[in-house]
Amino acid sequence: MTGIGALVARDLALAVRRRGEAGLTLAFFVMAAAIFPFGVGPDPLLLGSIAAGVVWVTALLASTISLDHLFRGDLEDGSLEILVLDHRPLEGVVAAKCLAHWLATGLPVVALAPLMALLLNFDMDAWWVLVLSLAIGTPALSLAGSVGASLVLGARRGGALTGLVVLPLCLPVMVFGVGAVEAALAGRPVLPHILIEAAILVAGAPLALKASAAALRIAVE
Amino acid sequence: MPLRLHSLASPARFDRFARRILPWTWVLAALLIPCGLLWGLAFSPADYQQGDTVRVMYVHVPSAWMAMACYALVALLSASFLVWKHHLAGLAALAAAPVGACFTATALVTGSLWGLPTWGTWWVWDARLTSVLVLFFLYLGYIALAGSFDDRSRGLRAASILAVVGVVNLPVIKFSVDWWNTLHQPASVLRLDGPAIHASMLWPLAITAAGFAAFFAALLVVRIRSELLAWRIEALMRRRSAGAA
Repeated sequence: MTGIGALVARDLALAVRRRGEAGLTLAFFVMAAAIFPFGVGPDPLLLGSIAAGVVWVTALLASTISLDHLFRGDLEDGSLEILVLDHRPLEGVVAAKCLAHWLATGLPVVALAPLMALLLNFDMDAWWVLVLSLAIGTPALSLAGSVGASLVLGARRGGALTGLVVLPLCLPVMVFGVGAVEAALAGRPVLPHILIEAAILVAGAPLALKASAAALRIAVE
Repeated sequence: MPLRLHSLASPARFDRFARRILPWTWVLAALLIPCGLLWGLAFSPADYQQGDTVRVMYVHVPSAWMAMACYALVALLSASFLVWKHHLAGLAALAAAPVGACFTATALVTGSLWGLPTWGTWWVWDARLTSVLVLFFLYLGYIALAGSFDDRSRGLRAASILAVVGVVNLPVIKFSVDWWNTLHQPASVLRLDGPAIHASMLWPLAITAAGFAAFFAALLVVRIRSELLAWRIEALMRRRSAGAA
């Protein structure tokens, strides 16, 4: 258990010290969401109706572009081999790295989401649903992302391939996350969507950890 | 049955099996596909609502079935490759994936050709269409991942893990139309209470589907054999360059 905590603390320290990492992801999230009014026009009604989707899609993209750092540094400096050879279960190591990834990139996005929603003329009565759906959804994005990031380790092409692998796996959680917000806006019950989203997170987590661990074992062979 | 499948894991034995089965699959495909399509396109009755456009079904539905069945096969083969380390299983999955991607693309294209006259639009973001599109992306991701490593067996193993993870999408496709009652119609053939379409349409559909399956089997056997040859050539080249050095 202490090892897991130390790993989370180490990854967070790395994310803070390599200033580019967490900060750039957040800047990307803000900019990508702010670009939409330029693309679709400044009509407040149109922006208000797509705001939840825009925030969700940009959160998904921000999570995906930050995946390259998840295991690559550890592979290059050799610490990944030590983690794989360690007596602790590799799934726990992956869980710790996902938690650190989420704390560094997912949590700031969740915190900034209401601000971006406000800029996009989102109906702020439902802001808490947006935050709740992102708070449940972004850990799932980190977990699905760890599968993609570990699978592409050592591949000839990095970034675009990670996206191709990860995005299909992220779609279910996004569908129900956006569904919850739309239900709130339409005055329908929010709970079913949130519960399904949480169920996807809970059921997908062991699968993602198992798959990532298997992929890491292949990567260090 | 598993024991007999395992015996195919030896490339030499697979080659003998392939030589025996290949003519039959080609003959079956060459008989069943024209027969089913001719029956479906020319002699089956037109639908009372959709008229002649219903005939798109005889290509669309078998393609969609094959798209899903092929993904299930890719995932099963990948799983057995990861568990039992049978190299041939991984190769077979790699050989099947592009064929499955083509079936998925066929299902999507014929579906949108069918959508225009019946729904009035080429494409809607309906649950079934979207999840089949995701299936297509999964195929693409699998193929791209397998081809992205300098060490081919490394790429094969990484892609196999992805194929197994992607299985979660299959039940979503199958039941999407029941869970979200959207534009795409619910299943009318593979139902617990028996098919809901008339025998005059079911027969040509079943024959075309069987023909597609035979065609798929033939392509799969040819592709596995060429993959095996490619790996063997690569191994020979490596041995030769090692001997020269």
